[in-house]
Amino acid sequence: MSTEKTEREPMFSAKIKKLLIGPLNKDNPITVQVLGICSALAVTVKLEPAVVMSISVIAVTAIANLLISLLRNTIPPRIRIIVQLVVIASLVILVDQILKAYVYDVSKQLSVFVGLIITNCIIMGRLEAFAMANKPWPAFVDGIGNGLGYGVILIIVAFFRELLGSGTIWGLHVMPKAFYELGYVNNGLMILPPMALIVVGIIIWVQRSKNPDLQEEN
Amino acid sequence: MKALRKQLDKIKPQFRKGGKFEKLESTFDAFETFLFVPDKTTAHGSHIRDSIDMKRTMSIVVIALIPTLLFGIWNAGHQHFLSFGEVASFWDKFLFGLWKILPIIVVSYVVGLGIEFAFAQFRHHEVNEGFLVSGMLIPLVVPPDVPLWMVALATAFAVIIGKEVFGGTGMNILNPALTARAFLFFAYPAYMSGDKVWIAEKADAYSGATPLAEATAGIESGVVNFSHSFMDMFLGFIPGSIGETSTLAILVGALILVFTGVGSLRIIISVIFGGVFMGGLLNIIGVNAYMEVPFYYHLVMGGFAFGAVYMATDPVTASQTNTGKLIYGFLIGLMAVLIRVLNPAYPEGMMLAILLMNVFAPLIDHYVVEANIKRRLKRIKPIAA
Repeated sequence: MSTEKTEREPMFSAKIKKLLIGPLNKDNPITVQVLGICSALAVTVKLEPAVVMSISVIAVTAIANLLISLLRNTIPPRIRIIVQLVVIASLVILVDQILKAYVYDVSKQLSVFVGLIITNCIIMGRLEAFAMANKPWPAFVDGIGNGLGYGVILIIVAFFRELLGSGTIWGLHVMPKAFYELGYVNNGLMILPPMALIVVGIIIWVQRSKNPDLQEEN
Repeated sequence: MKALRKQLDKIKPQFRKGGKFEKLESTFDAFETFLFVPDKTTAHGSHIRDSIDMKRTMSIVVIALIPTLLFGIWNAGHQHFLSFGEVASFWDKFLFGLWKILPIIVVSYVVGLGIEFAFAQFRHHEVNEGFLVSGMLIPLVVPPDVPLWMVALATAFAVIIGKEVFGGTGMNILNPALTARAFLFFAYPAYMSGDKVWIAEKADAYSGATPLAEATAGIESGVVNFSHSFMDMFLGFIPGSIGETSTLAILVGALILVFTGVGSLRIIISVIFGGVFMGGLLNIIGVNAYMEVPFYYHLVMGGFAFGAVYMATDPVTASQTNTGKLIYGFLIGLMAVLIRVLNPAYPEGMMLAILLMNVFAPLIDHYVVEANIKRRLKRIKPIAA
């Protein structure tokens, strides 16, 4: 260690920025890696739970990444999954308690899905693929980036589902009354889970046609 | 005819590469091949070519749909005047029906073909005429009172999500017309079920319940009271989706399809057999009033016959192998009756049964082919050993 000349990287180097921005587009955990789909389908009926869920996931991924990265040299490889799970589980319990204390209604709507953050593939994936091999600061930023990538998709999906399915945004009526008088009806299919899958599919479609390098060759 | 050909040949170069309307090539191509048999020949190798191509096949299906359409138009008017207790002449009924139903057909075709042409231009594909049939089927499977914007939305959904996403005509997993109906059914249940929607502008006091709804009500009340006789249901003097009411008109269409070889008789027969089997089985069990409805009623109620003849036989989404077709059809009939009777939330089981089996059709084919390979390998083995 002493012989190695440690070069201090600037806090926001290009590499760090890429960790933060990448998951928003070309490395998006939902639309490109197709991870964490189940909760994306379940909590996106309304915007509010989706936002709360996104914040929870951002917090858990970032802090879990940070902790595991700090511990990475002391975790025996054989039991690393168990250690990771313990860290995630404690964080999720914390998040769950905080939600129950401050936003009880939303926490009720999210029901088991907060608890199921433990099994969210994005978090386990980032811990295994990134935090175990990187320094704490990049790992923390990577956690925030992936959480954001997850959150952005969740919020887009929830926005359209709430707007078209209930005619509201954040619980406020935004569809003009005149529309209903003309015979407009809220789309009941938007509230059902299959439509979340279709909306995610459409987002993937749009994203891939804009980024040709994401398209698989066949 | 000759003058038309000449005119087409005259403007043709403008649509070829380098011409003025180069971008609209596939649109021009679509109209040309619609009017005349294409003159394309294969350059390499010999292929046996049937003179019947996809456009001709689709046209025959549309012709086979005409009896149900005409009856549907008349019946829409008939039910309307019946609900008011008025006596109207044949032409009054027909014109009223036409006035209600023609806009639905126009909307379905304009929206659907518009999207198809747009995709064809954009992807530089040939415009496929798959939508000629879907565009006619969609109006026939909706209630006469459906708002037009819903038809437009459902058509767009069916064409984009049901078909173009998978690569266009011939690539779709689900029948587009049924995708449209399923979309409407789940998105706007108030406009696709209940007893308010099946008669166009009906009188408020008149019960517009379909036989299916009456049968479902029988589960609660303990006795099924049909307000129409079996013969009425067979001939089609009942409220229902535009094209589905008359089993007789559907039989005429079935004859055209089977006679021209476009529709598979195998599938039609096995669907009916599946329905009769399940209906009979439920008759024997007979726990509630709906189960005791004689099995042959299932064949004339709701969309069973319509689905069996026009939807299940869709060559793209049905099983391809002969044995597969039998299994596929049988399960459609079985599921349709099963869903109808055992799940009152979905009175029209036919739609869900066909969509479900559409998904399973490739799997059925796979195992039929595998079984065939296995059987034939067995035949070889003794000689090899």
